[in-house]
Amino acid sequence: MFRYTKFTALREVVFWVIAVAFLAPFYFLVATSFKSDQETLTTTALTPPSSIDFGNFIAVLTATGNSNVIMGLINSILITTGSILLLVLFGALTGYVIARSTRRWSRGVYFLFLVAIILPTQLGTVPLYIGARTVGLTGSIWGMIILYTGMLLPLSIFLYAGFFRGLGTDYEEAATIDGASRTQIFFRIVLPLMSPATGTVAILCGLIVWNDFFTSLIFLGGSANQTLPVAMYYYIGSLVSAWNKIFAIVIVSMIPILGFYLFAQKRFIQGFAGGLKG
Amino acid sequence: MTGTVESETELIVLPKKGARRGPEAQQPRRSGLLKFGHWWWALPGIILVVLIHYVATAVGGFFAFTDWSGIGDFAFIGFDNFVKIFQDPTKIAALGNTLFLAFASVVLSNIAGLAIALGLNRGLKTRYVLRVLFFMPVVLSPLAVSYIWKFIFDFNGPLNAMLGAVGLEELAKPWVADPAWAIWTVLIVIVWQNTGFAMVIYIAGLAAVPVEIEEAAAIDGTNLWQRFWHVTLPAIRPAVAIATTLGIVNGLRVFDQIMALTAGGPAGATETLATQVYKQSFSLGNFGYGAALALLLTLIILAFALVQQRVTNGRPEES
Repeated sequence: MFRYTKFTALREVVFWVIAVAFLAPFYFLVATSFKSDQETLTTTALTPPSSIDFGNFIAVLTATGNSNVIMGLINSILITTGSILLLVLFGALTGYVIARSTRRWSRGVYFLFLVAIILPTQLGTVPLYIGARTVGLTGSIWGMIILYTGMLLPLSIFLYAGFFRGLGTDYEEAATIDGASRTQIFFRIVLPLMSPATGTVAILCGLIVWNDFFTSLIFLGGSANQTLPVAMYYYIGSLVSAWNKIFAIVIVSMIPILGFYLFAQKRFIQGFAGGLKG
Repeated sequence: MTGTVESETELIVLPKKGARRGPEAQQPRRSGLLKFGHWWWALPGIILVVLIHYVATAVGGFFAFTDWSGIGDFAFIGFDNFVKIFQDPTKIAALGNTLFLAFASVVLSNIAGLAIALGLNRGLKTRYVLRVLFFMPVVLSPLAVSYIWKFIFDFNGPLNAMLGAVGLEELAKPWVADPAWAIWTVLIVIVWQNTGFAMVIYIAGLAAVPVEIEEAAAIDGTNLWQRFWHVTLPAIRPAVAIATTLGIVNGLRVFDQIMALTAGGPAGATETLATQVYKQSFSLGNFGYGAALALLLTLIILAFALVQQRVTNGRPEES
């Protein structure tokens, strides 16, 4: 009875109109980023740029010092990649033990992680900052990787434990009979079977790390190892309403994640919907 | 699974605990060592989480009762910090803003997300493309998104240009710098970014609702609204619980959008607990006071997450 009728076609048109209005901010973003300084001031935001001028992008990418965008980009990539690797490794190991253990403590530990997902980071930030400063981990890429790993590990463990619970023990038993060691079983058989979970963890945690501003502002602000959001924040702080330049850097910061999203949109959406439903 | 009695010949009532765990649970508990993997594999994860979440939070909670400035000595001052918070109108206003932004953004983005999810749920040929488009803002950094909106709300920005184009020039104003409107601009940015997230959760929830039930209800003569209210909505209750809980938790700690849009201004009109925690602890060096604010924020978030879970998951699930 839910056939494609004239009414459905109308609904389709209405939703496209809504979508265009919803994404209108992107038009202003792109249009303004190609305008010259003069044009930004004289034309309204609705008019398209008179010519495609990459000058703003060149200016943004060659900025130095506190707002070195290229360095920010590299740091963000390093920190995000490192965090994802550790989150997958520790998350999978811990989630596996929790899901497979029949001991009572594993339920307690699981609950410990569950609460940690909701626990906001603000209260722990000051002690963490002092702790990191004492051991010299502020302003360092390794410090950030460890910090993000610890912060997002509860989410990673929660996701992995959920996936492991749905996996029967048949594969492991067969491998045991074939004489594989526990380490071999885990890394050669179980973990490869978990690639949907790994994908979800990598996407969800990767996105949070990549977009994080609060933590990196506190731990990396002013150092040479700033991430992209912090570099962007400082760069924009130095520009007073130079919207064409501001938008050039906003676009530069968006391209990696948008490209990745459009390339793997199905995994992104499934990761969010399935992963967070738990 | 094994808990349900499968046939009449097997009328054994298993104890509930064993039933949940399956065959392994019947082994003696003493030998509860893992059959696969080693228990110490969980150690790095447990240690990291305990240190970074629990120890740090506990230490932060301790400093909330001191007057520490970040260096040197400190004194234990009991609840003085909290008394100070509740006697300071700007902190009360920040608390009010935090609650307002969290609730208003959850309500608005969930209504919008659910409406889009329902609209895209069945029939549309381009629903996958539309879904990708509506979800796009979710993956972007809140900071970057806020800058785009700051431009839109700028006095020389598109919003005022559009108002001018339809002859409503007198309504034009510097939205972000207007004490009465600034908080609404923050709200719009949050809602714009969270709608796609709510939509995706609801699409997943709706996919699990069988078409037959809706068809049966339609044959019984229900109208669209009745079908939504009595059939669809109860069926997606878990999705509502997830989307609203996550929305509240994230809404209560809103920080990036405010730093980018207003930095708490004009005249503190958009300060939230999170921005105040940052300013007190890191800009002004009042670590103790900042920790007290953070403790307040933490307690509010935990309380809401608990209440939310109770309310939306109220009825025990029937299987």
